[in-house]
Amino acid sequence: MANKTDKRDKLKIRELLKEKGISGVIKDLILNSQIWRSFFRHGLEDTSKNRMLTTISNVFLHLHAAKVKRHAPLFSFTWCMGGTTFFLFLVLTITGVFLMFYYHPNVRDAYWDMKGLEYHVPFGMLLRNLHRWGAHLMIITVWFHMFRVFMTGSYKSPREFNWGVGVVLLVLTLLLSFTGYLLPWDQLGFWAVTVGTNMARATPLLGHEGPFGEQLGMTAYNDIRFALLGGSLVGGNALLRAYIWHCIGLPLIVGIFMIVHFWRIRKDGGISGKL
Amino acid sequence: MPDKKETDQGRYRALAFVKGESLAKEKDVEISEDEIHTWPYLVRKEFLAAIIIMIVLMVWSITLDAPLEEPSEPTMTPNPAKAPWYFLGLQEMLVYFDPWIAGVIFPTFIIMGLMAIPYIDINPKGNGYYTFKERKFAILTFCFGFQIIWISLTIVGVFMRGPGWLWFWPWQEWDPHRIVAETNYDLTQLIGIDSKSLLGSVIGGGVVSIYYFLGMTVPFIFMKLRKSQVLDKLGIIRYSIVALLFWTMLGLPIKILLRLVFHLKYVWVTPWFNI
Repeated sequence: MANKTDKRDKLKIRELLKEKGISGVIKDLILNSQIWRSFFRHGLEDTSKNRMLTTISNVFLHLHAAKVKRHAPLFSFTWCMGGTTFFLFLVLTITGVFLMFYYHPNVRDAYWDMKGLEYHVPFGMLLRNLHRWGAHLMIITVWFHMFRVFMTGSYKSPREFNWGVGVVLLVLTLLLSFTGYLLPWDQLGFWAVTVGTNMARATPLLGHEGPFGEQLGMTAYNDIRFALLGGSLVGGNALLRAYIWHCIGLPLIVGIFMIVHFWRIRKDGGISGKL
Repeated sequence: MPDKKETDQGRYRALAFVKGESLAKEKDVEISEDEIHTWPYLVRKEFLAAIIIMIVLMVWSITLDAPLEEPSEPTMTPNPAKAPWYFLGLQEMLVYFDPWIAGVIFPTFIIMGLMAIPYIDINPKGNGYYTFKERKFAILTFCFGFQIIWISLTIVGVFMRGPGWLWFWPWQEWDPHRIVAETNYDLTQLIGIDSKSLLGSVIGGGVVSIYYFLGMTVPFIFMKLRKSQVLDKLGIIRYSIVALLFWTMLGLPIKILLRLVFHLKYVWVTPWFNI
């Protein structure tokens, strides 16, 4: 029995060779192999079914629906800003992980790790540049995304909730960038964060210099600024807090809100368009 | 029922166009549906956008190094100490308002106001497409807040402010010893009443109250007299929120104008807070 099927297979291959040539047979063998078919659940012919399967049988692509509205890929409608923001977030995550390998979040080492990136780590400066400029670019793209969504009225029913999620993501993006600003521990970051967190002193009720803060017993050692900095001054504790918020806390929160944001785009009727 | 039959027939007709060929042909899709396949039409554009962004970011990162100043030194305050550029709009507001307003109240109002937009904008038109005619008030208000106020304050903060937070044109050299003799007066001082006195405080509070009271009631009465349908649809709660947000936003340029023209310092002085 085994011999017979072998013979038949050989015959088939010979016929195929005549028909398709060597490369055709190799392609055929690969595409029909168990390994290939376990990876990809659909054929390669350009059919409607396969196009849809490409999207829905791929864990990354199935973020999208199998079909989208005709205007969805139009640059003039979306400006591509939401997707670009997400892409930049991914770039920042990857470059950020690499940067973490070379960074110690303490007052003694932090600054010199920056110098180390510049002078000792291969492509270290490029890595830091990508992370820094990417962060700036992300803030700009978030603003443009919000502006586009406003101008197309895409926050209107049924997308009210997702607009709110987007506003939270905007704030979180700014906070991510702000916490990262301190990490190089140079004059620029140190004083920017000092100026920024000094505003927290003036929080009504919760800051010791804010309206009614004093009356409620707020001092420099128990108000909201103290909680942010882990002290009454920008120091080692503030650096560690900024680091943990920047690398773990905020990315986790942003991740959750992004999941909701993307899911609600689908649930609320896909990318918006004239109804 | 006949309607449904018609749509059913429509579907069959779309299939008939195919004539045994693939549904996925671009021409067929165009004829038959208002949707297109995510793969390849959307995904290929996303990949293209990702590549372009990556190229831009790469070129930017290769040509321009991220800033790194001297190691942080808590005893050496730079002049000026600037927050990150995306917060300089807020820092610029500090010129005109106390930190609890510029650093806490305004950001809170911005965030809450943005989130409130879908719920207070009851205009059903302009949902998902670009239009100015159908939603003039919404677009003008948003663009006034975003482009005119936020962006221009940010630009002033980034490019025009030098030592002592004084105004320097970008081509002017920063002179750290420059002194601008400028005395600002509280509102009641302009009419000869001590702003810290009880009377001054009451007058100041009265002016702020009248500002909001007139801002709320005058448009209300005006719209009521014209029997505006918008007002009926809005309802009193939505109307109040819109008016509050609108006049708070407008308070910023008004105070800037009063400062620049009349050297006004505070409108309202109390022992706990000043506005």
